[in-house]
Amino acid sequence: MSTTVADLHDHHDDHGPAKGIGRWLFSTNHKDIGTMYLVFSLVMFFVGGAMAMVIRSELAIPGLQFVHPEFYNSMTTMHALIMIFGGVMPAFVGLANWMIPLMVGAPDMALPRMNNWSFWILPVAFSILLSTLFMPGGAPAGGWTMYPPLVLQTGDAFPYLIFAIHLMGISSIMGAINVIVTIINMRAPEMTLLKMPMFVWTWLITAYLLIAVMPVLAGAVTMLLTDQFFGTSFFLAAGGGDPVMFQHIFWFFGHPEVYIMILPAFGVVSEIIPTFSRKKLFGHDSMVYAAASIAFLSFIVWAHHMFTVGMPLSGQLFFMFATMLIAVPTGVKVFNWVATMWRGAMTFETPMLFSLAFVFLFTIGGFSGLMLAAAPADIQYHDTYFVVAHFHYVLVPGSIFAIMAAVYYWLPKWTGHMYNETLGKAHFWASTIFVNLTFFPMHFLGLAGMPRRIPDYSTQFTDFNTVASIGALGFGLSQLIFVWVIVTAWKGSKATDRVWEGAHGLEWTVPSPAPYHTFETPPKARIAGEAFE
Amino acid sequence: MKEEPKNLKSENRALTGRLLLLAIAMFGFGFLLVPLYDVFCEITGFGGRTNATAAVVEEAPDLSREIRIEFVTTVNSYAPFEFAADVDSMTVNPGKMYFATFTAKNLTKADRVAQAVPSVAPVSAAEHFTKIECFCFTSQEFFANEQRAMPLQFIVDPELPEYVDTITLQYTFFDTAQAAANNPL
Repeated sequence: MSTTVADLHDHHDDHGPAKGIGRWLFSTNHKDIGTMYLVFSLVMFFVGGAMAMVIRSELAIPGLQFVHPEFYNSMTTMHALIMIFGGVMPAFVGLANWMIPLMVGAPDMALPRMNNWSFWILPVAFSILLSTLFMPGGAPAGGWTMYPPLVLQTGDAFPYLIFAIHLMGISSIMGAINVIVTIINMRAPEMTLLKMPMFVWTWLITAYLLIAVMPVLAGAVTMLLTDQFFGTSFFLAAGGGDPVMFQHIFWFFGHPEVYIMILPAFGVVSEIIPTFSRKKLFGHDSMVYAAASIAFLSFIVWAHHMFTVGMPLSGQLFFMFATMLIAVPTGVKVFNWVATMWRGAMTFETPMLFSLAFVFLFTIGGFSGLMLAAAPADIQYHDTYFVVAHFHYVLVPGSIFAIMAAVYYWLPKWTGHMYNETLGKAHFWASTIFVNLTFFPMHFLGLAGMPRRIPDYSTQFTDFNTVASIGALGFGLSQLIFVWVIVTAWKGSKATDRVWEGAHGLEWTVPSPAPYHTFETPPKARIAGEAFE
Repeated sequence: MKEEPKNLKSENRALTGRLLLLAIAMFGFGFLLVPLYDVFCEITGFGGRTNATAAVVEEAPDLSREIRIEFVTTVNSYAPFEFAADVDSMTVNPGKMYFATFTAKNLTKADRVAQAVPSVAPVSAAEHFTKIECFCFTSQEFFANEQRAMPLQFIVDPELPEYVDTITLQYTFFDTAQAAANNPL
């Protein structure tokens, strides 16, 4: 570690990975770190998924059968924290690590040693978070939103929850800084900003969002910590504080956070749909402006999460219309994807199938979001299963389908072999059928008035809950196919450098599998051919 | 643009520094939201907030209009007190001063300190409900088992929006000694 990165690159042309565990512990290689992020995310996806199975088992029939209500509440809280901070976010950071240097023609991330830190903080953070399951008073059970005063009733787990969040935030911020510096400073000489691939663009915007809001979350949970242990009264009414203020600060973070989880997904499908439609992305520049508009609007809509706490009519109107305004740039994106496919020579390999399902199912989640944005209607929907249906539609067949599409799309570039297409398609169809079976009935449950975060329910909700539980079990089992496809990914036929016939971009100009070091001298546009465009 | 790799390192360092600064500034902004929120609430009455110190107001009764004032009382679950309004509601004229009393009782055999926290609904009425004197302005000390009535003097501003005919004043009664005990450090 004593030599600089520049030295390594200058003098070790055939420098391969270090041997043994040290390769991973001390890695500063963007590909190794990307792989670790993705594997970590997959593990967390199954840990969070196991918690979802506990939730759906308990809800399969009315009554309390398997777990105590307190533990049930821990499950919903931990499921959310793990899936958001351990599943979706690290998966996108992993993809960014692997692909951004390859896509902009850089030899590595700009800050390789910080990259190592931002990954290795995560296992520590999640060990702390998961250890709370075994603490007196149980794991956090007040919901992932950590509203006071309820969250202050958490037992011994409380400070561990706060510190775990701090660590996750530090990791995200370091990762985001790395992404921005790489994109701004290390692009190939002739790649101007507007020539950048969409995945790089959406990640640039996401990284700015992360730097803007993760520190605000850190501030909010620090205030919780001092309220509990150091006698402050930020959120304690008895001391002159206001618990509603926490909701404002939290959602000032929380709403940009949902775009942090979806913008890179937009980037992924904007790469995949042109490849399998064999056309250029329709409206590349308008996609960039749409993503930037969404990012800007995300800062001025937070209070739509809290219409029911009471606010002046003018406030409700402002937040309602600002929220609905987001549908405009989002609509631009959806129509651009459809226009990209229009009269394209489309084929339906697994990444394309996941991307198509993304466009359709994410849009359903967008529509239910519009319904929730209507302030007078939201008072009916608030804290019901309709909300659960909404955010699972945008996160599961939204973000997670995009992550899976990305993995199938770039897996041959990573391993040098084609994955098993038949199993990939089986995984797609099983996931798509079961994800709808799980989450679609929740719309009806919510409209009928079933509240979220309860372990038991009135008997009239039984049928839809049973269907959702069957769907959840099927969705969980379907993911085992995904693991099998990845484990056997090195057994398929040899992949070509371009892998997909219609693929464009610098990442397809390097050999498959991508060598340990790539682009040690920056590529020129005229050598890379059409790669930039 | 970046032909010379030795510049790249200092460029990276400079941009990293600026981004770190931005992250630290946003951490500070999170805390800045606290005073901003207070100012915002005081100006708009957002959150049902009313004046927290005594106000001086001229009487200008508007006898043509009657407003119903409802009192709601809640005792925080950790507070060993009884606390209730002596009348459930009053009918008042805007611009005229009124008195009401609330009675609280310490249910323990120890001296305690309590604090009432008010909130007004609807939100649009909050800035028009003015307290001349209120037991909620200061913390209230109670001897063991002491019971006493506490005064509220208020006036409803004639500027109250036309569509408001009922104002709800809600008090939550907290045990501040208990709040301190919750904070062991």
